[in-house]
Amino acid sequence: MSHWIPLVLVAPLITGILALILPDRGRLRPTVGLLGSLVLLGASIGLVGAVADGTVLYYHFGDWPPPFAISYAADGLAALMILVSALVSLGTAVFAFADIDRASSKAGYHGFVHIMVFGVCAAFLTADIFHLFVAFEILLIASFALAVIGNQERQFEGGLKYVAINLFASLLFLSGVGILYGMLGTLNMADLAVLAAAHEDPAKLTLAGVLLCAAFSIKAGLFPLYFWLPASYHVPASAVSAIFAGLLTKVGVYALFRVIPLVFSADWAYFQAWLLPVANFTMVLGVFGAVVQKDLRRLLSFHIISQIGYIILGLALFTPLALAGAVLYLIHNIIVKTNLFYIAGFIQRLKGTGNLKYLGGLYKERPFLAILFLLSALSLGGLPPLSGFWAKYMVVRAALEADAPFSAAVALFTGLFTLFCMMKVWAEVFWKKPPEAESGSHAADKDSSPPPVAALPVGSHWAMLLTIIGFNLAALAVGLYPEPLIEFAYMAAEQLIEPAAYIEQVLGKLP
Amino acid sequence: MNVLLSIVTGILFATGLYLMMRRSLTRLLLGLLLLANAANLLIFVSANPVKGRSPLVAEGATALEAAAADPLPQALILTAIVIGFGVLSFAVILFSRVFINTQSDDSEKLTQTEA
Repeated sequence: MSHWIPLVLVAPLITGILALILPDRGRLRPTVGLLGSLVLLGASIGLVGAVADGTVLYYHFGDWPPPFAISYAADGLAALMILVSALVSLGTAVFAFADIDRASSKAGYHGFVHIMVFGVCAAFLTADIFHLFVAFEILLIASFALAVIGNQERQFEGGLKYVAINLFASLLFLSGVGILYGMLGTLNMADLAVLAAAHEDPAKLTLAGVLLCAAFSIKAGLFPLYFWLPASYHVPASAVSAIFAGLLTKVGVYALFRVIPLVFSADWAYFQAWLLPVANFTMVLGVFGAVVQKDLRRLLSFHIISQIGYIILGLALFTPLALAGAVLYLIHNIIVKTNLFYIAGFIQRLKGTGNLKYLGGLYKERPFLAILFLLSALSLGGLPPLSGFWAKYMVVRAALEADAPFSAAVALFTGLFTLFCMMKVWAEVFWKKPPEAESGSHAADKDSSPPPVAALPVGSHWAMLLTIIGFNLAALAVGLYPEPLIEFAYMAAEQLIEPAAYIEQVLGKLP
Repeated sequence: MNVLLSIVTGILFATGLYLMMRRSLTRLLLGLLLLANAANLLIFVSANPVKGRSPLVAEGATALEAAAADPLPQALILTAIVIGFGVLSFAVILFSRVFINTQSDDSEKLTQTEA
């Protein structure tokens, strides 16, 4: 039994509860959030350190014997995901000092964020499939509240779409769990894996697998189930959409990585055959959607989809190199994507709009911010030596080695378009002349022109800039010195391909 | 009994999906409601409930003597009902806010987030 696992789970839960019940005086709630995020970061570093040598940690809730206990387990992938989630939680806690106003704080923003992080951590660590469902619901319910904090009309609309599709996905998930339990009589994922491998009719199990796969795909935003994502991610407050972009879809991706190859190993080739074309379509259509967007955050939302495609490509290939690449991609993408949303939020606060049409001239005004954006944008596009390059290189190379040259070509093509799209943002937001200078008569005719903005207080300014600089440094560190992370990713990949250690640790005996 | 329940589950799924595919948002919510019940019933049926036998181990024995009703699916369903109730009521309130804003029940009119 490991004490790191309960610590990682309890830290955000207590932080969330405290931030909800403490009076909303001064900066009390954001400070509690910040401290809680620091504790979580410390615990997750401890967790990563404990699994770095390839051991799988476990924790049986209430010390019941497995498989009756609700078990938690942390292998390389889970620990790494916890670490980046803690980073995103910390970044958002700092960013929230600037971005979250009194009304949102009063409505419980800080509490909901940390309860959502608790749901995310529980989803990463649990080894019980029904508990995975509950963890999903915890993070969803908290995210529903976050999506509508701010009380804007379009937030309710985006929120309704988001709630409806996620509720539907949860019901598919629940149905899959029900069928699985009916056939195998257990909920522990390691136990499920052992029993499913011995089941005489794997085709029946595949039915449950398809339901689970569809549910996770909706949550991950895979083709053709991604339309809800760009309809809802760009409407909440900037800090909220940054943490959504960084973490929520990745939980769906993580569930695909964790559950499908482990439990449905007998019919895994069937899922691979489906996931490969889905990954190709997700990459291409995501980036095509992004190219035509006018709103900065909506454009970035489409990029989330496209990037998920790369990660799923790694999963579909399922070689050590491909999975290591996918794990690295997950880490890189969470950091860089969250940062791009922070930058978009910062620009929105400076200019009062995220619409590319009304932006411009920021390079002259804020050259430092422009460089920070450029670093993240080029990293997303995959230029060496930034973090995106290594991840993309590994996935593409794995595709070539696994005899899937078409997928490799799609991945490279998508990379090119990502770069093109980022350059479009660069040109529109930073390089072109500010629109007021172009035509004075044009500004008055549209009601959608941005409202005048109040100057940003110095403290808020620095809180936002600090977050952006911090995430850029993290991405740069991954890009310039990827060696330890790649080694760790290989270790996590081996654990996914050969889950014997996971099963043994969770069940406490050899399968 | 189980056959009957299976058929009911199927009908609930079909009705729920049909309602969800309508343009009306009220029907969407009703469809989700029916689907939630269908999923709960599915868990209940797929665990193959046995009528009239409680899962109690006789004194001195270490395992059940004969097949008995499994209590775990019912615990799962209870959890799922509570979660589903909470989420659905949240969705209803969201819908009422959207309706106040747009004065429309038509999902095609929800275009504010598309720009």
